[in-house]
Amino acid sequence: MFKHFVSLQWKSFWRAASLSSGLWMKIFMGFWALYFIGMMAFGGVGAFFLIKKELCLDPLEVINRFLIYWWVADLIFRYALQKMPVINIKPLLILPFRKNKIVSFAFGKTILSFFNIIHGFFFVPFSVLLVAEGNAPVLNVLLWHIGLIALVYANNFLNILLNNKDNLIYAVAGIMIVLGGLHYFEYFDITRYTAPFFQGLYDTKFLFIIPVIAAVLFYVMAFRTFVKDLYLDAGLATKSKTVKTENLEWLDRFGKTATFLKNDIKLIKRNKRARSTVIVSALFLFYGLLFFTGAVEAYDGPVWKIFAGIFVSGGFLMSFGQFVPSWDSSYYPLMMSQNIKYREYLSSKWWLMVMATFISTILASGYLYFGWEAYLAVIVGAVYNMGMNAHVVLWAGAYVKTPIDLTSNKKAFGDKQSFNVKTLMLTLPKLALPMILYAIGHYAYSPYAGYLLVALAGIAGFAFRNMVFDKIERIYRTEKYATIWAYKQKK
Amino acid sequence: MIGVHNITKTYAGNTVLNIEHLEIPKGDSFGLVGNNGAGKTTLFSALLDLIRPTTGYIENSGIKVSESEEWKSITSAFIDETFLIGYLTAEEYFYFIGELRGQNKADVDALLAQFEDFFHGEILGQKKYLRDLSKGNQKKAGIVAALIGNPEVIILDEPFANLDPTTQIRLKKIIKELAADPNVTVLVSSHDLIHVTEVCQRIVVLDKGEVVKDLATSEETLKELEEHFNK
Repeated sequence: MFKHFVSLQWKSFWRAASLSSGLWMKIFMGFWALYFIGMMAFGGVGAFFLIKKELCLDPLEVINRFLIYWWVADLIFRYALQKMPVINIKPLLILPFRKNKIVSFAFGKTILSFFNIIHGFFFVPFSVLLVAEGNAPVLNVLLWHIGLIALVYANNFLNILLNNKDNLIYAVAGIMIVLGGLHYFEYFDITRYTAPFFQGLYDTKFLFIIPVIAAVLFYVMAFRTFVKDLYLDAGLATKSKTVKTENLEWLDRFGKTATFLKNDIKLIKRNKRARSTVIVSALFLFYGLLFFTGAVEAYDGPVWKIFAGIFVSGGFLMSFGQFVPSWDSSYYPLMMSQNIKYREYLSSKWWLMVMATFISTILASGYLYFGWEAYLAVIVGAVYNMGMNAHVVLWAGAYVKTPIDLTSNKKAFGDKQSFNVKTLMLTLPKLALPMILYAIGHYAYSPYAGYLLVALAGIAGFAFRNMVFDKIERIYRTEKYATIWAYKQKK
Repeated sequence: MIGVHNITKTYAGNTVLNIEHLEIPKGDSFGLVGNNGAGKTTLFSALLDLIRPTTGYIENSGIKVSESEEWKSITSAFIDETFLIGYLTAEEYFYFIGELRGQNKADVDALLAQFEDFFHGEILGQKKYLRDLSKGNQKKAGIVAALIGNPEVIILDEPFANLDPTTQIRLKKIIKELAADPNVTVLVSSHDLIHVTEVCQRIVVLDKGEVVKDLATSEETLKELEEHFNK
């Protein structure tokens, strides 16, 4: 029976419309996966040597202190990103399968999930080094390791149990942030109480049994709830909330563009996928910290300042903008047959990005703390984003042809879609060009000349706006039929 | 009003639509019937410039649909759920369409008031997004949205499917009223021969993409259609 499930899953993966499309994309995804794995392994090895050689501390003890944060962060990440194991369960319900079988397969699938495997790439090299370099007893390391694996899987099933308990998870995240803050400012150190437990996994021969029991317990509980809820009106029901009609009349002053702006704002407010993208774009605001604090040595070159500026002010533009017009994919035929001029549609998207860039720039004023030059980089980045990148993003959008399922967070990250050659090429003017311009100004004359060049490029973008829009409009028009066709291909 | 000229549509060597000439005069109420795969939706999509025909062209009020967008202001359609915006409430959706078609809120409200019967209290004030409505109610919202802004050409693909009997009867009345207006051209496709003979003055039968019958509706039409499909 499992054979059937596996073959169904196999087919649904390989026959997904978006996957069969491009070899490029597969290569790219493979590259990303390798990159992640490499980073994790590197982190494991690096952490060991950093703690041992640089800080002259016991690596195991230090890691054990932070494991509590790791564990909770893992749970929160899973809650946000890992999808529920709902393989196409509906059609299976009335077939002669036992419900237990269906659920165990669905759960079995999650065991192999990326979210579980990824930890191994950090902890395995780390453990190997513990034994090889630190002369730790193999058995103890092994038991510690089993304990951690059990914790990972406890999270895996806990996440299934917690599905749709938003408030609870917000509370957990809130407590964690508060505890982290208290720890950082040295008021109260939670790790003092949790580290002994993790250390105990290593020191004693029996403590590992606790996480194992927890994992099994969560498995059984999740299993029971899942089997019990295997009804169309229970676990498989799509949730609907009562909602209010909104008119957002204050936007009417923008004229015809407002019609679309209002829609886009509702789109962001009411759809899970769009919301998470906006949250990600808010995270970009903090990206600059890596550059301006000198935390990462590789980023100390002057050219990286402008790179940071582009990202800090353009988080929304990069994360939300890159999927224009796919946000409208589920009703694209409506848009294309309504009384809409392409120009108006595009310019509303443009305004949305410009407004978001403007807001990000204001929010980023915190960078003034690092000196007004840091903030200048953000402002210059913003000018370039509004003038050039907003156009480039729209242009690239004409080639984005993967439909977006607004209601689910599925593949919200590392979505395969935009990785075709054309969109890839178009990231060059987005990021590389301002860096080159800055470098020219910086090395030929002075840093300010660099900023000036980048800002001028942005202003030039404004000046040629009409021309650029004409061109983009033409591209959208020629791509229209292919886009409509592609958006019809549901997964 | 609408002229179809030498249209063919071929997918990978497979011709799904092949119409040499079809003229739909202004004020007509035009019914399209045919089995699955006959090309009904393909024809309607081509009328709306949503797919590009392999050869030939379509004119709407003398405008080639693939070359200019001017026809969009007088044309409206409801083909399938891709014409709905799932995350809006029905009211928001109607006002949105209204704004696109140059109608203010009062205009839209006035129009909606006429369809109170048709909505049967299941569309307005529901506190639900369109994506959470049932298929039938989604269809009601889509059909009424296609009537906003006094369009001269109205295209409805399978409007009767998924509707309950009461609503089907009300919809027939609505389409008949629209058809009575000499300025409005209604294009309807259906699998239900009785409905379509009742509301359309002219019925075209498509089979494998070709026009096999073109009838002015009369007493005998239903019988003729039944015979045709009972082969």
